[in-house]
Amino acid sequence: MKKYTILGNKDTRSGFGDGLLEAGKRNPNVVALCADLTESVKMTAFKKAFPERFVQIGIAEANMVSVAAGMALSGKVAFYSSFAAFATGRVYDQIRQSVAYSNTNVKICGSHAGITLGEDGATHQILEDIGLMKMMPNMIVINPCDYNQTKQAAIAIAEYKGPAYLRFGRPKVPIFISEETPFEIGKALMINEGKDVSIFATGHLVWEAIVAGEILAEQGIDAEIINIHTIKPLDSETILRSVEKTGCVVSCEEHQFNGGLNDSIAQLLARNNPKPMEYVGIDDQFGESGKPEDLMVKYGLKAANIVEAVHKVLKRK
Amino acid sequence: MATILELENIASQVRRDIVRMVNGCSSGHPGGSLGCADLMTALYFEVLDSKPENFTIEGKKEDMFFLSNGHISPVWYSVLSRRGFFPISDLSTFRCLGSPLQGHPTPKYNLPGVRISSGSLGQGLSVGVGAALVKKMDGCDHLVYTLHGDGELQEGQIWEAVMFAGGNKVDNLISIIDCNNAQIDGNVDTVLNIGDLKAKFLAFDWEVVEMQGNDMKDCLRGLKEAKSLTKKGKPVVILMHTLMGYGVDFMQGLSSWHGIAPNAEQTADALSQLKETLGDY
Repeated sequence: MKKYTILGNKDTRSGFGDGLLEAGKRNPNVVALCADLTESVKMTAFKKAFPERFVQIGIAEANMVSVAAGMALSGKVAFYSSFAAFATGRVYDQIRQSVAYSNTNVKICGSHAGITLGEDGATHQILEDIGLMKMMPNMIVINPCDYNQTKQAAIAIAEYKGPAYLRFGRPKVPIFISEETPFEIGKALMINEGKDVSIFATGHLVWEAIVAGEILAEQGIDAEIINIHTIKPLDSETILRSVEKTGCVVSCEEHQFNGGLNDSIAQLLARNNPKPMEYVGIDDQFGESGKPEDLMVKYGLKAANIVEAVHKVLKRK
Repeated sequence: MATILELENIASQVRRDIVRMVNGCSSGHPGGSLGCADLMTALYFEVLDSKPENFTIEGKKEDMFFLSNGHISPVWYSVLSRRGFFPISDLSTFRCLGSPLQGHPTPKYNLPGVRISSGSLGQGLSVGVGAALVKKMDGCDHLVYTLHGDGELQEGQIWEAVMFAGGNKVDNLISIIDCNNAQIDGNVDTVLNIGDLKAKFLAFDWEVVEMQGNDMKDCLRGLKEAKSLTKKGKPVVILMHTLMGYGVDFMQGLSSWHGIAPNAEQTADALSQLKETLGDY
């Protein structure tokens, strides 16, 4: 198992904020819109650097989406951000008509995604957003795994022309992807080459997959771990190549397995190369208040759950 | 500058186009389209500074128009084609398989004149606000116009945008409300009374202009007045009083003509009331 060092602990939302600032420096057409959560979604630095390119919408997310679309069609690269629950589900129709169908250059930036939002509870812990967004034609979906990757992803979507959904989180989590690691939309990142099982992980679950890989290595199981940061377009080639080699699959995500990465991979395999598959994710339920770490344990999103899933799938090989 | 008579003649042809398009595919929305024929003619042939031959989505250095109540696409398509945005013959493809003239407007098929999809109501004002903000950012003096149905004002997002535009002094924006007091289920004031619109917009810090939307002369006056009120710290709304189905006696004033197509006999009756001035497509 390849050794990963924790380079620090930082929230992925800060990666977004720093990436947005960098994108703003590189391109004067980048604008940012926010609905009364500027500091929470880490837009403060952009606002300070480019006050004339920052739009405070107030608590009116529907308006924010369509204003962003109007700015985008007029030539801007329009980033809007809110909690992922309000940036996606709350405004699904606005995204569908003004962004996806109209193919406007809007970047939907969902912060505090998943159960690790913690104490605010289920109203804010969206676990359906990947599915909601990936179903829309024209939309790409990116769910990076740490601070560095989120920063890279924010810069990458600014350079990409078209609607994009970027999903990131609230808690401080390990940084383990180096700044030098290349990031390419739609290109999965090999974390560890192995031969016994393919573990595909996205978002906060990538670190858990690495921890699981270390435990599995001690047990003599050689896991291939691949970071699927782009859920759409899915890197089918990398996934199929890995599964052909290992013969079984575990998918890991902080999301409902209905509609999430699990679905995308299962569809791909069903069409091309069906193999035994297990999942680590949320099983058709809402979250609740609690500390992020405790919620990860209660809802089965820890390395131990990945190890268990691997044992289960290996028996089905 | 076109004379009132010339504009009225264009509007008459636009009304013929609307009736023929809707009849041609046996679907669509004639009522609001007919009611807005005078406004749309005045806008595109007299008021808007836009470039039919060199249309761009971005609309730099020109006025931009957004149709928020996308179901009245027949009037928009007719006026766009008559103004030279695309061939008049394309009107015959309205709502047909493979046509860029979709039931509700979209830029997906690169139809010149259309910058965003509309149909799901209540989004166009926000889109217009976004475009108006960019004009300010880029130092462009041109204006943004939006058109809405009065029933559409029942959508909550409209009031989010109204609040934003007033609060942020988006004063390069003119929004026109088609006050025909008609929506699918009946009269607006009985389905869900939207109350005193003038007082509401004033309370949100907008300038309010009223005009008679089926009187070409008053349309020009109202649009001119609205333009004169821009760039003074407030967005401008025009409360445009019209009759649904205006110009066709058996449709006029009836909400039942919101979204049904006339049959052959009704079409012949309607066309006999509307002068062919520029030649049918």
